Amino acid sequence: MALVEREHIDERPGPLSEATAGDFIALLKPRVMSLVVFTAFVGMLLAPASPHPFLAVIAMLAIAVGAGASGALNMWYDADIDRVMARTANRPVPRGRVAPGEALGFGLVLSVLSVMTLGLMANWLAASLLAFTIFFYVVVYTMWLKRSTPQNIVIGGAAGALPPMIGWAAVAGTVTVESLVLFLIIFLWTPPHFWALALFKSGDYARAGIPMMPNVAGERHTKRQIFAYSLAVAVSGVLPAALGFASLAYGVLAAALGGAFVWYAWRVLRLEDGDRAMRPAKALFGFSLVYLFAIFAALLVDGLASLLGA
Amino acid sequence: MPDDERNERDNREDRVTPTQAQLRARRNRNIAIALALAAFVILLYLGSIMKLGPALFNRSM
Repeated sequence: MALVEREHIDERPGPLSEATAGDFIALLKPRVMSLVVFTAFVGMLLAPASPHPFLAVIAMLAIAVGAGASGALNMWYDADIDRVMARTANRPVPRGRVAPGEALGFGLVLSVLSVMTLGLMANWLAASLLAFTIFFYVVVYTMWLKRSTPQNIVIGGAAGALPPMIGWAAVAGTVTVESLVLFLIIFLWTPPHFWALALFKSGDYARAGIPMMPNVAGERHTKRQIFAYSLAVAVSGVLPAALGFASLAYGVLAAALGGAFVWYAWRVLRLEDGDRAMRPAKALFGFSLVYLFAIFAALLVDGLASLLGA
Repeated sequence: MPDDERNERDNREDRVTPTQAQLRARRNRNIAIALALAAFVILLYLGSIMKLGPALFNRSM
């Protein structure tokens, strides 16, 4: 009896890999990872506890690697649609630098290691939240929602909003209203940010068959949704001051930033339907990144100021 | 044809000779894995000591 099937013996070995460490780092989506690290760090700093600095650094690394692992798993699953979109065609899997199986293995190993490390070095509540984030991003968003509903990034946005909660939980060992507010800011910010992108990249999404809001419900409806969410973003931004865990100075700055966000969204709402240049949508997309960074930087400065003042 | 000679020829056919670029990439990956693994071990070792505290070393021989 043959122990190995003939067809396997006859298979020619695949080409040897030319992937470098840089290609595997690209699988981790470093730019997304940097935003995750930043927001998680703010969550840690605002939490009412003082962790050992070295353990806090390890917890940050674990959160960063966990976020990167979910990025690698996303690139493994989405290689077919990444290939047809200009924005993602250069990713390592569609370019053929990294085999899909390698990306899958890399993502799974890093997921397990990051969750275990966070559990052992911080606490298991934070580790559970990190595991849930990876599951939610990969299974709920990537595998299920992304290709089936225009609400994909609304619900899927929860995965990107969880890092400050994980940072908070890693230090304080709790989930509180304050950490939920940090979650809410990113959760509400995600739809206008991605729909602004989807407005001027609708051709890309249509080619890939992804049901983004402009492709399914039309540009007019998307612009109205963007404006409605922008109002909610502006309100959520001032909540830390309203609830008393950020200063009045932060509240004033957040209100100004929120006002600017609504103004950019208003310009998108006033955009003519036939306008293909989409300058207001591009401007809103750019400003949304500035907004999120500025809000969390302000919370960081505010938290540091109250720590030094205490 | 003697068996040894046939085996030798079959083995040669099955082999893949890596190109210089593939060898360079493999070396690059190996170094990265070694560094990442070493960093992970050191982090976990030091982290365990910090987590358990100085009392970890305070025990009778």
